[in-house]
Amino acid sequence: MIESVFAPWHAAVSALPFEWARYGFMRLALLAVLLVSPLLGALGTVVVANRMAFFSEAIGHAAFTGIALGVLLGLTDPLWSMIGFALLLTLAVTWFRRRGGLSSDTAIGLVMAFTVSLGIVILSRGGDFARYTNFLIGDMLAITGRDVAVLAVLGLVVFALFFFFFNRLLLATLSPAIARSRAKRAGAAELAFACLLAVVVTCALPWIGILVINALLILPAAAARNLARNTAQFFAWTVAVSVLAGIAGLIVSFYASTATGATIVLIAMGFYLLTLVRRAAS
Amino acid sequence: MQLPPDNAPAHHGVAPHRCGECCTTLKGIGVRHNGKAVLEDIDLHLHCGELTAVVGENGAGKTTLIKCLLGEIPHSGEVHFLDAAHRRPDSPVIGYVPQHSSFDKDAPVSVLDLFAASLAERPACLGVSRAVRDAALEGLRRTGAEDLIDRRVGTLSGGELQRVLLGLALTPVPNILVLDEPMSGVDHSGREQFYELLSHLRREYDFAVLLVSHDLAALARFADRMVFLDRRIVCEGPPAEVLRDPRVREAFSLHSVA
Repeated sequence: MIESVFAPWHAAVSALPFEWARYGFMRLALLAVLLVSPLLGALGTVVVANRMAFFSEAIGHAAFTGIALGVLLGLTDPLWSMIGFALLLTLAVTWFRRRGGLSSDTAIGLVMAFTVSLGIVILSRGGDFARYTNFLIGDMLAITGRDVAVLAVLGLVVFALFFFFFNRLLLATLSPAIARSRAKRAGAAELAFACLLAVVVTCALPWIGILVINALLILPAAAARNLARNTAQFFAWTVAVSVLAGIAGLIVSFYASTATGATIVLIAMGFYLLTLVRRAAS
Repeated sequence: MQLPPDNAPAHHGVAPHRCGECCTTLKGIGVRHNGKAVLEDIDLHLHCGELTAVVGENGAGKTTLIKCLLGEIPHSGEVHFLDAAHRRPDSPVIGYVPQHSSFDKDAPVSVLDLFAASLAERPACLGVSRAVRDAALEGLRRTGAEDLIDRRVGTLSGGELQRVLLGLALTPVPNILVLDEPMSGVDHSGREQFYELLSHLRREYDFAVLLVSHDLAALARFADRMVFLDRRIVCEGPPAEVLRDPRVREAFSLHSVA
């Protein structure tokens, strides 16, 4: 039923004169890339500006425990336990940071070591870990119409909230003191952003892969930072690099028979190096 | 340290314009931290058009006092604001220039983005509206910084940054302007210009200025009133008077001019 929603998309893309466009799974994967890459790029601008890269890495790795909890609870789709656990972890790390007892990279490092180990221990009972290795590298080509629909709804909600909180986050990043004096308290916005990030990273994991998802979050924004002179340019360049690398990576991975997530990351890395050259030249 | 003679005119001979009506009152302000008093019995009146300088040694509670005024920390006592029409608005507009501002050198954030983040509804990542750009230009023009609007914030010099942050604090025009050691990282001539500008602005817009600073020589010339703080108000009055107080001279080692 839900597949019929995508009929016009399939018809339009299969009209393209390329071999990959003849395959339904590639057309769906392209749609997924067009949904996920701007989302990861947009969130990445704030991750890079706020130095949250280690946090997002930890969220990705916590998926091990999320999956393990799903297995223990007997869920058919571990996505819900992954999201639940990622949110729990976000709250824990935020609490650690606010309490200020530990520096945040130490706190995140401890929490990450714990969650990765716990997840691996549970999943590897009885030597069964190989069943879960597809989460490590992701499988973009296994995406279904239902998954794409979920991503589309998620994308709409996340973008709406992201735009709503953006100015508060930006001002708090620039100067917490000025933000407070203007009664633009950022505590709620920062927590909301961390939760959005956790949900998006977790939902994109099965397609991109635990090992490389953080690179997709960071690289486009890092490349755009070398080119942009203001916030609007930063945002536009990030989304452009993210989408271009996503499309190129998907198509290259089709012809080269490689894992899509990692291929996208290598191409994004190429873009980053180009911007470095450009920056050095200017 | 060189201080001007005691009889130096405080405002270069220009009497400050004062509406004399509006006033911010701090009454019996006290702050305790871990059971220890950080501030005690602070009674202070800030009149519009007047520049009040708060001086004191490190740890005397200057920044804590500012936080009370900004409503950022719990305190005993009361802060009241009375505007020219004798109303008591719950939240006067407070312009604030913070201490130690510095931005990441590579941050892709322009001066305009800083204004947009403070003033605009539309997220700055989707561009800045003409109206917000005009408001930013107006604020920057007040401090002679309109040329800086498209510069990245990380590339501004100390003096440029202070003019931008002051322009931001003046948008919208506040009832009270609060500056916490705004001059760290600014060279001598930049400081003089900044105080001149501040002096001019408070007369033009008739807001109260509360300034925390260590620049005693400049404060002696530009401040209307000086408050020497050491957990409580030790003495206050015209700068020339306060700077003659033995306790102040002791604290700032002003023996050389005695």
